[in-house]
Amino acid sequence: MISMAARSSTRWRFRQPSVIPGFGLALGVTLAWLTIIVLIPLSGLLWRSSGLGWSKFVELALDERTVNALTISFGTAFIAAVVNLVFGVLLAWVLVRYRFPGKRVIDAMVDLPFALPTAVAGIALTTLYAPNGWIGSLLAPLGIKIAFTPAGIVVALIFVGLPFVVRTVQPIMEEIDKEVEEAAATLGATRFQTISRVLLPGLLPAGLTGFALAFARGVGEYGSVIFIAGNLPYVSEIAPLLIVIRLEEFNYPAATAIAAVMLLLSFMMLLVINVIQAWSRRRYGYGA
Amino acid sequence: MAHDAGYAPDTLVTAATSETRLSRVVLTIVALGFVALFLLLPLATVFIEAFRKGAAEFFTALGDPETFAAIRLTLLVAGIAVPLNLVFGVAAAWAIAKFEFKGKAFLTTLIDLPFSVSPVISGLVFVLLFSSHSLLGPILQSYGIQILFAVPGLVLATVFVTFPFVARELIPLMQEQGTADEEAALSLGATGWQTFWHVTLPNIKWGLLYGVLLCNARAMGEFGAVSVVSGHIRGQTNTMPLQVEILYNEYNFVAAFAVAALLALLALVTLVLKTALELRYSDEIAASRRH
Repeated sequence: MISMAARSSTRWRFRQPSVIPGFGLALGVTLAWLTIIVLIPLSGLLWRSSGLGWSKFVELALDERTVNALTISFGTAFIAAVVNLVFGVLLAWVLVRYRFPGKRVIDAMVDLPFALPTAVAGIALTTLYAPNGWIGSLLAPLGIKIAFTPAGIVVALIFVGLPFVVRTVQPIMEEIDKEVEEAAATLGATRFQTISRVLLPGLLPAGLTGFALAFARGVGEYGSVIFIAGNLPYVSEIAPLLIVIRLEEFNYPAATAIAAVMLLLSFMMLLVINVIQAWSRRRYGYGA
Repeated sequence: MAHDAGYAPDTLVTAATSETRLSRVVLTIVALGFVALFLLLPLATVFIEAFRKGAAEFFTALGDPETFAAIRLTLLVAGIAVPLNLVFGVAAAWAIAKFEFKGKAFLTTLIDLPFSVSPVISGLVFVLLFSSHSLLGPILQSYGIQILFAVPGLVLATVFVTFPFVARELIPLMQEQGTADEEAALSLGATGWQTFWHVTLPNIKWGLLYGVLLCNARAMGEFGAVSVVSGHIRGQTNTMPLQVEILYNEYNFVAAFAVAALLALLALVTLVLKTALELRYSDEIAASRRH
């Protein structure tokens, strides 16, 4: 930490002095690569969409099929993130607190959705939940259809989003001080009261961050969804798929407009995540 | 720390700070049931479907020339994209972790940006940049340079989606390690490169491997971004995940799942190595990974 006095006595400088060499080279490589790969392409998209003009942009963005696709993407991602929040917190709790055979394997398997290519997950889930699949054939007599309906999209998004919740909540759970629970118990709280009033509120910021990460990932997800969704326009067609369809029609303005709306909404999500983390650091002393 | 010495072992824990045996069993069963239903069953399905018609059929499917070309293309694209992001990741971590400068937090946010962009949009941005309707496309084409529907486009899209992996792994690790080792080496007369090769690199090698592992898994498995820029030219611009899609849509399920099984195997190897690194070298990978 540099004290305020020391800082104010020196004039403004871009970086603090250091004997370590290579700052210029490392920062130069970083900025050049970042600009070429990320900044130019992304600003190209924003430039293209601004080139459409406001009224054209609004017209494309409010196209009925586009609005439907965005609603489906955000709606299914939200439901999947809620399911993942509940089961992710439960799974993290079981992994942190209980002992059972094969625990280490299960813990490692939580990261499977990060490692398994989305297309592979997509065809596997479709095979399982199709009306003639293992799970689908069990549900078919009950009149429940999962694959080729919006429910199928939710299933795929639960798969891709689960590790986000578990991996944000788990480390925080491990740090919980046992004394807090002991104190609650000594003061006469039942176990249920201790969990619901003492433990869960402390896990709220981590849970919300995991929820937001899973939600953001679900909104943009493509590979695992397109196989199981059925892709019926207005019913089970997600926004990323509509972008691909518009691209194949060489309708670049429409593809650009949908992408710009999605990008805008994702950046807002990113902002929300940052606000949650800042609030959490102030309130609970950790950044989730 | 949750497990410090002063705290009683599980057998002596009083009921007041633990759930009843019944609720523990029920919660464990519900959680494991969820894992089985959503994670283990899909994974098992991949291998079961791949071998549904026997091992011979499985290997015949993999021997198909188009599938073989897809495997080669995937290895080529990952073989270019991963080293590029490795160099970038080390440079970014060096600048961010070893120095204090203005705008550092903003730079870190920018590096993470590709994670919050839909894979389809990651591909779309390159289509907009290099298509024949764009500014750059016709110019490059007049020089005979093909970006879209060719290897360079696949590499660009893959580099974009795997951009943050190595940097994000190294930054917290190198921040934690500080600059004392490097300062000692420099004061003993080592040059900058000597310091990096003999002091910094040995310190970060396991974290680096960890980042490369995750980067590679994503590079080989990426679907949405490469799907948009590939053009799906059979035997030429189809990577393994795209080949899975084509075979599946042709109802050639055994072949689709055979390629999928290879990718699932890659995922399992990645998970095993990742877990081994976490267990063996937990102190030498970023603090955030320590459980």
